[in-house]
Amino acid sequence: MAIRFQQHPGLVVYLTAGDTGLHPRSHSHAPAAAHSPVDLSTTRDIALAAIDAGADVIELGVPFSDPLADGPVIQRASERAILRGTRLIDVLALARELRIARPQAGLVIFSYLNPILRFGLTRFADAAAEAGVDGVLLTDMIVEEADEYLAEMHRVHLAPIFLAAPTSPEDRLRAIGENSQGFVYAISRTGITGKQQQVAADAAALVERIRRWTQLPVALGFGISNAHHVAEVGRFADAAVIGSAIVELIEKSSEDEAPGVVARFIQGLRQSNLAQTR
Amino acid sequence: MATTSANPTTRPGRFGAYGGRYVPETLMAALSELEAAYDAARLDPDFQAELDDLLHNFAGRPTPLYFAKRLTQELGGAKIYLKREDLLHTGAHKINNALGQGLLARRMGKKRIIAETGAGQHGVATATVCALLGLECIVYMGEEDIRRQELNVLRMRLLGAEVRPVTSGSKTLKDAVNEALRDWVTNVRDTYYILGSALGPHPYPTMVRDFHRIIGIETRQQILATEGRLPTAIVACVGGGSNAIGIFHPFLQDTAVRLIGVEAGGRGLTLGDHAARFSGGTPGVLQGTYSYVLQDEDGQVSLTHSVSAGLDYATVGPEHAALHDCGRAEYVSADDIHVLEAVVRLARAEGILPALESAHAVAECLRIAPTMAAHDILVVNISGRGDKDMGILARELNIQGAESR
Repeated sequence: MAIRFQQHPGLVVYLTAGDTGLHPRSHSHAPAAAHSPVDLSTTRDIALAAIDAGADVIELGVPFSDPLADGPVIQRASERAILRGTRLIDVLALARELRIARPQAGLVIFSYLNPILRFGLTRFADAAAEAGVDGVLLTDMIVEEADEYLAEMHRVHLAPIFLAAPTSPEDRLRAIGENSQGFVYAISRTGITGKQQQVAADAAALVERIRRWTQLPVALGFGISNAHHVAEVGRFADAAVIGSAIVELIEKSSEDEAPGVVARFIQGLRQSNLAQTR
Repeated sequence: MATTSANPTTRPGRFGAYGGRYVPETLMAALSELEAAYDAARLDPDFQAELDDLLHNFAGRPTPLYFAKRLTQELGGAKIYLKREDLLHTGAHKINNALGQGLLARRMGKKRIIAETGAGQHGVATATVCALLGLECIVYMGEEDIRRQELNVLRMRLLGAEVRPVTSGSKTLKDAVNEALRDWVTNVRDTYYILGSALGPHPYPTMVRDFHRIIGIETRQQILATEGRLPTAIVACVGGGSNAIGIFHPFLQDTAVRLIGVEAGGRGLTLGDHAARFSGGTPGVLQGTYSYVLQDEDGQVSLTHSVSAGLDYATVGPEHAALHDCGRAEYVSADDIHVLEAVVRLARAEGILPALESAHAVAECLRIAPTMAAHDILVVNISGRGDKDMGILARELNIQGAESR
């Protein structure tokens, strides 16, 4: 499947795979034995609910011990997911389940580089493609270091998605545009992930600069957390990425209620009349 | 590594397969700006003259290369020389790099300085340089390290720096680096990050090494002047590895000189009990660079332990990884117990109290000097002094203070 945004603006939803929040069901703390697959049914149910509520793309976040691009919300989610024993191989199995259940949804593996390296880049590319993943986003992979990563992505027809930042000069934006597939992820502001009051003023300028170099859709992320933000993003970008706002909802919800809570939140993002205007 | 091009040597910041830049895109412009500014400063005679003046008149360079006569006699083997970086202003080699980067920050027009620190020596050096140059200073330090290196926290605060406790992860050096990087990503336009070891994304490993090469350059001149020949071996402790790369680097072409790095053996060989990356680690990417990393089979970074906060770190500078793989340098470890013994031994034989970090190098010296011949020369880099460790030492060695007379 190719990544497609069915509505405008499109919605990309980030989930930290394996996080069941602060109120998990009592039996879901840890796998029964070391290296037995962790139960990712809650992340699966949240992802399915998000897709059915209107998410075009699900980013499955691979938890990492040192998430230096992330704010406190995703840091905490990653810690909980690691404590539960979530491994990359489990996340790939979850991707396969989601692909079978929702053939039309965009699926992206979102990770720091090290868990992928440890798994093996070639093995990862094969397993992700086989699971039906559409694209891969590595937060700490820049285009200059990406030769072999790109070769592997191309070999198995996975879309490499690079991030573009407000600080990226034109030559970097050009390289990011030329080497990305699926979409370009524009970072709305300098900083780490997390909610904020307003969409940063220079976000629109960044998206405009990216469009000089690529025809790909541009998704804007970092700090997008409500319907007003989504509507504003829709004025200049193709899609909005919602991360910490949803991860925080999952953190606060009981494990059983999380899919419903997330679905209602996403429907709320879509219901704003503002979202239809461009 | 898995993700480098076929010809890594043509890429900037590579040491064999190691090094590189694995950072959020937001930092790339700042790293490029830093690289360009450093390249210009390096070749600017005025910059070098000001740095040399400060190293001489403010920091106290050159440091002595001291012949440890009693220790040599006691051990009955190689002639032991101590490179006295502990005598530098602020108490450790860290001031070499902090001065260099502080001048660079000022040259780049950056007024806000951030730094990470483990043992606090880099934090104190940075706070000192910021006071000297009139720059705002924020130091990230793990809560665990704040507890065990309190004296350095007090020094930083007295110097006008803001010390921000880091509560994530193991609350030690690795977590302080994460938090400093998060600050930098957020405030990248007006902030200079003075990274304290030969770690992180390019150009830091090269730049920090260059600022510490003076240790090896002086050692080379001093031993040639004193002995008329090069040493048989040089021993230095390796956390991130800045003091070690600084003393090793000018000797890399002198292949007869053994270069020995000493990592933290901690409590033992179980993952989580030590910081011996070359015996327990595997190549991976942490905090912007590809090097040896203590990690589990899923690529999650392991907790580490060392009695010394400065060596308690899950990865190692990428140039050391390259020197390890090509065999030019050897890497061993010393465990906490032998390190504490080494502190006492050096203090009582020579009247020199080494930092717990530097005592790892002393421990290796105690081990190998007796096996060497009398005409062999062994240089030990005493990278810092142990005043900061008196709390730990008093507790571990049961030294009585005023309260229990």
